[in-house]
Amino acid sequence: MSSRRGRITDEEMNELISKLQLLLPESRRRNVGRASAGKLLKETCSYIKSLHREVDDLSDRLSQLMATMDDNSPQADIIRSLLRS
Amino acid sequence: MQALHFLQALARIARAAPKPAHSARTRQIRHAAYASMAHSSRSSRRTWSRALLHRLRQRQQQRPGRLLTVRRRVRIVTPITSRPEEPARAETLRQLVPGGRGMEYCNLLEETADYVQCLRAQVQLMQTLLDAFSS
Repeated sequence: MSSRRGRITDEEMNELISKLQLLLPESRRRNVGRASAGKLLKETCSYIKSLHREVDDLSDRLSQLMATMDDNSPQADIIRSLLRS
Repeated sequence: MQALHFLQALARIARAAPKPAHSARTRQIRHAAYASMAHSSRSSRRTWSRALLHRLRQRQQQRPGRLLTVRRRVRIVTPITSRPEEPARAETLRQLVPGGRGMEYCNLLEETADYVQCLRAQVQLMQTLLDAFSS
């Protein structure tokens, strides 16, 4: 993997690569070899896609949770009072 | 600040009357999640957060009642083929990170790191809320 000469040093590039690697969860970090930019990018892409899916899934579940606020249960009252601003 | 913004948005969604359909509310929550990420003070200076906000506003301006919001705009940016020194996988990353297509490679890596951190924080926040309010 080459860097743009004069724009960023190889050392700075390696630091960025390390930073990205540290952001991966432990299980994904193991899939990435040392100083292997290709695998790191692949794993990062996969990780971002899974995070997007998690946001979708959690949005759906939060929406379901809000649906429970439509009734008059004690739980709904508590949630309503906590979110009231 | 990301958390506060999201909680305020959730409160607004919860107070909406009449109650929206489940799918509409899911979309609103998802929209609030990404908006909160983009508005967090750390990321507001980032290219990805500006690109994300732009994309979110575009989606909001579409005609209501449209179920499918898939609409690709062809934008003129520096041709990807003129970047032979990049790893091949960089192209996929450019599509995943908002605003990634127009970035220099080293900027792309920096923006990716910041974007991933915000995404992670948002996911953790939403999970924590669910855990806290579920019996």
